[in-house]
Amino acid sequence: MGGRGRETAPAKPDAATLVADECTQDLVAIELCDITKVFPGVRANDCVTFSVRKGEVHCLLGENGAGKSTLMNVLAGIYMPEEGRIRVGGSEVCIACPRDSIDLGIGMVHQHSSLIPNFTVLENLLLGQGKGVRLSVTEATQGLSRLSDLLGVEVDPSTVVSQLSLGQQQQVEIIKALWQGSKVLVLDEPTSMLTPKGIEDLEQVLVRLKGEGLAVVFITHKLHEAFTIGDRVSVLRQGRLVGTIEPDTMRASTPRQLQQMVVNLMFPGEAESLANVAELQDLSDVVGSGCVGRLGEPLLELEDVTVAAERGEVGIGEKLSLTLHAGEVLGIAGVDGNGQRPLAEAIAGQRRVSGGDIRLAGKSIRKLSIGARQRLGLRYVTDDRLGEGIVGRLSVAVNMVSKSIGSPPFWTRGRTHPERIEANAKTLVDEYHIMTPSVETQAGSLSGGNIQKVVLARELSFGPKVVVFNKPTYGLDVKTTTAVRSRIRQLADGGKSGALVISTDLEELLALSDRVAVLSRGRLMGIVSNKPGAEQEIGALMIGGTHVD
Amino acid sequence: MIDTATEQALPADAVEAPALWRRWTSGFWRHAAPVVYGLIAGGVLLLILGKNPVGFYWTTLESGLLTWGGLMQTIIRLAPLLLMSAGFIVAFQAGLWNIGGDGQFLMAAALVGGLGSYMVDAMPYGLALVLLCVMGFVIGGVWTIVPSFLKAYYNMNEIITSLMMAYLGINLANLLIKGPLLTTTSFVPQTNVIPFDYLLPYLPGTKIHIGIIIALVVLAAIHYMQTRTGYGLRLRILGANPKAAVHAGINVKRDIMTAFALSGALIGLAAAVEILGVWGYVRADWNPAFGMSLFAIVFLAGLNVMVVIPFVFFFAVIQIGGHEAARQAGLPNDFLLLLIGLVLFFMVLTEWAREKGWPRMGRKTVATVSEVRAEEAVDNG
Repeated sequence: MGGRGRETAPAKPDAATLVADECTQDLVAIELCDITKVFPGVRANDCVTFSVRKGEVHCLLGENGAGKSTLMNVLAGIYMPEEGRIRVGGSEVCIACPRDSIDLGIGMVHQHSSLIPNFTVLENLLLGQGKGVRLSVTEATQGLSRLSDLLGVEVDPSTVVSQLSLGQQQQVEIIKALWQGSKVLVLDEPTSMLTPKGIEDLEQVLVRLKGEGLAVVFITHKLHEAFTIGDRVSVLRQGRLVGTIEPDTMRASTPRQLQQMVVNLMFPGEAESLANVAELQDLSDVVGSGCVGRLGEPLLELEDVTVAAERGEVGIGEKLSLTLHAGEVLGIAGVDGNGQRPLAEAIAGQRRVSGGDIRLAGKSIRKLSIGARQRLGLRYVTDDRLGEGIVGRLSVAVNMVSKSIGSPPFWTRGRTHPERIEANAKTLVDEYHIMTPSVETQAGSLSGGNIQKVVLARELSFGPKVVVFNKPTYGLDVKTTTAVRSRIRQLADGGKSGALVISTDLEELLALSDRVAVLSRGRLMGIVSNKPGAEQEIGALMIGGTHVD
Repeated sequence: MIDTATEQALPADAVEAPALWRRWTSGFWRHAAPVVYGLIAGGVLLLILGKNPVGFYWTTLESGLLTWGGLMQTIIRLAPLLLMSAGFIVAFQAGLWNIGGDGQFLMAAALVGGLGSYMVDAMPYGLALVLLCVMGFVIGGVWTIVPSFLKAYYNMNEIITSLMMAYLGINLANLLIKGPLLTTTSFVPQTNVIPFDYLLPYLPGTKIHIGIIIALVVLAAIHYMQTRTGYGLRLRILGANPKAAVHAGINVKRDIMTAFALSGALIGLAAAVEILGVWGYVRADWNPAFGMSLFAIVFLAGLNVMVVIPFVFFFAVIQIGGHEAARQAGLPNDFLLLLIGLVLFFMVLTEWAREKGWPRMGRKTVATVSEVRAEEAVDNG
């Protein structure tokens, strides 16, 4: 509550100091000066100076663990910085808790939804209110319609949040962030959960908000987004602000030049080695590595598989048959939530099929347990890394063998050999370039990209025959994404194994796969060989899918 | 991140010795401080009641620890308490809330006590004792089958089911003692008495029965199981992240059943040791209710069967010494429970404060639990 006084005060004095100060001063909505935030062993932010002007989108780029989220958490009042000052509207403020931040007009939209799923949209919005005891429903409804007009979106206040698509949920999050009259909106990796259509809608919303004079901070690690959405781009690396591309430069440069600038800032000295970063390259180059028409033995066969839906999700409703061959990467395209997870879990054995048969190298595995399927060489790289992929409290080393507990060489007659587990982990940490203080570090304390590498190292290190990847590069930075993709391709190119890659990122599938199957509403719409023009074909299948209702 | 990560690994070795010392002293204070607070609060209470706190505490210490007789009593009490703690730890570490320890304890106690006198008559004394211990172990385990089956196959909340089984167990045990197992030689509602000579043998030169040795051996075995076997790791994964356990292909149903059964079995063994070592019979309506106080203690010991030993020892000293002190001061035994409650309360409070980084407020403003844990992990590494 203490922030309330501070919020209203700056507006007027600001006008007075305007003449004396630089011209741009009145445009600066928020300014972070020399922010330093230290965590045990890590300087998460090191003298970072960052500002955002009214009516602009300022993109904050950086690898996983570069300190983007820490900086924004400082702004949100979740962390107190050790050093540095924060100025809002020109006057210095102290943000000691999230309430202060909200009162200063800073609205945050976090990477993961903070909405309560079984509350309605309106109830979720009323939650953040906190003024007085009585909740005014009519007032809130009006506020909601005003904000949804402003955003140019349509939201039914009485819908239960869990029934909204991820894109719509995010729109509600933005409304919630703007609910208290925010002047600054911070979006932390907002596109990582969205479909291409959702991203487009978000861009529209941001353009409108800019027009209203809002200052927007947009955190991302996708370069092309930063260039299309951002007016200004700043790059963080290892906790330091290593450069800012001003609006003038942004307008004057081609996307290629901008990419080069950013890559140089993000990975100084390694720019050349990143020449094959998929996102920086024309798609056609990568597809060249695919081996269309050179299919080996069938490894994984699904025959008339159906999977029952659980709690409101889409199952595999129609009989689904597909075959994965040795040496092949088979992509599964589709918008998130169209049956991908039930399919992956059914193959892995985490869920029962309600019909049909699954065969691994000719042998039916439909009735086998998860463990038995793993021992036959079937591995599943889950999309829920933190939830089920790793055990956050256990060490990196233990997580790397968590799927082979009890089996040699790490266990003999039930006895653990810690030195073998440790040696295995050290080898894998080197091989997969996992950044961790030690192999004994708790896996949960690593960054998302490194956790994914731990998972990959575990799944790929035991000579798997078939690996099911569910959204393998979701939320990863450019460099890790490239590393993961090349691992997947390597696996298949060995000729003995196959990979089933489920992804919502069509570019990724086109870059990796030999064939792409399209899944829509729990139904296999078709399988397309990855050749020039495949993109249109897949797109058509996806749209065809949305019409079937 | 790259640089900081590699830098970090180096100084860990270099500063190991002072860090270890710091950890040890801070660890000592972490455990000693709540005891001091609890005793001070208890002292204030004693003053209000018109008793001399210094005298009370001195008597407690003297008759629980500093006299040979008191120390022996404390060590005798330690045996069932340690076995029971191990039982709770096995379940809790696997994320299974075995709340029904007292039911498992009493069922095992009633049957061991009730059948004990017949068994020692019917067979060689050594064999009878071994069989009775095994019986306690098995009965304790059997009493968990209902909650663990419901948990494993129907994901039913084991807190409720094991608590219900505890009610059933406690009352069924009484029913047995007053019914089929009722003594034939006395009018007191109790089981037949196992002759004194047929109880667990003493350690040479003492009057401490070998239960403490059984307890320490079992604890060492459990510690080994938890830290050095695949089974132990599976249970840890199950406790830390059940979804990850399923994903990793662990046979979760089997592990839930076995861990729960082992937990109950250890508690049953605790009962057998207590009956065969100290009592020789079970009186109707006897219920030491060790479970409740031990819950808090095993958590404060971080669910570590080795760390739990000093905690339980301290608890036993208060139980034994305080009994005498309360008698001398003319206080009812309830005061002891109050005192233990106060100490446990402050233990929880200081633990909470430590996780918040409270004593270091000046240096580190906001530290979440995970950061503190991460820091510890770095320290360890």
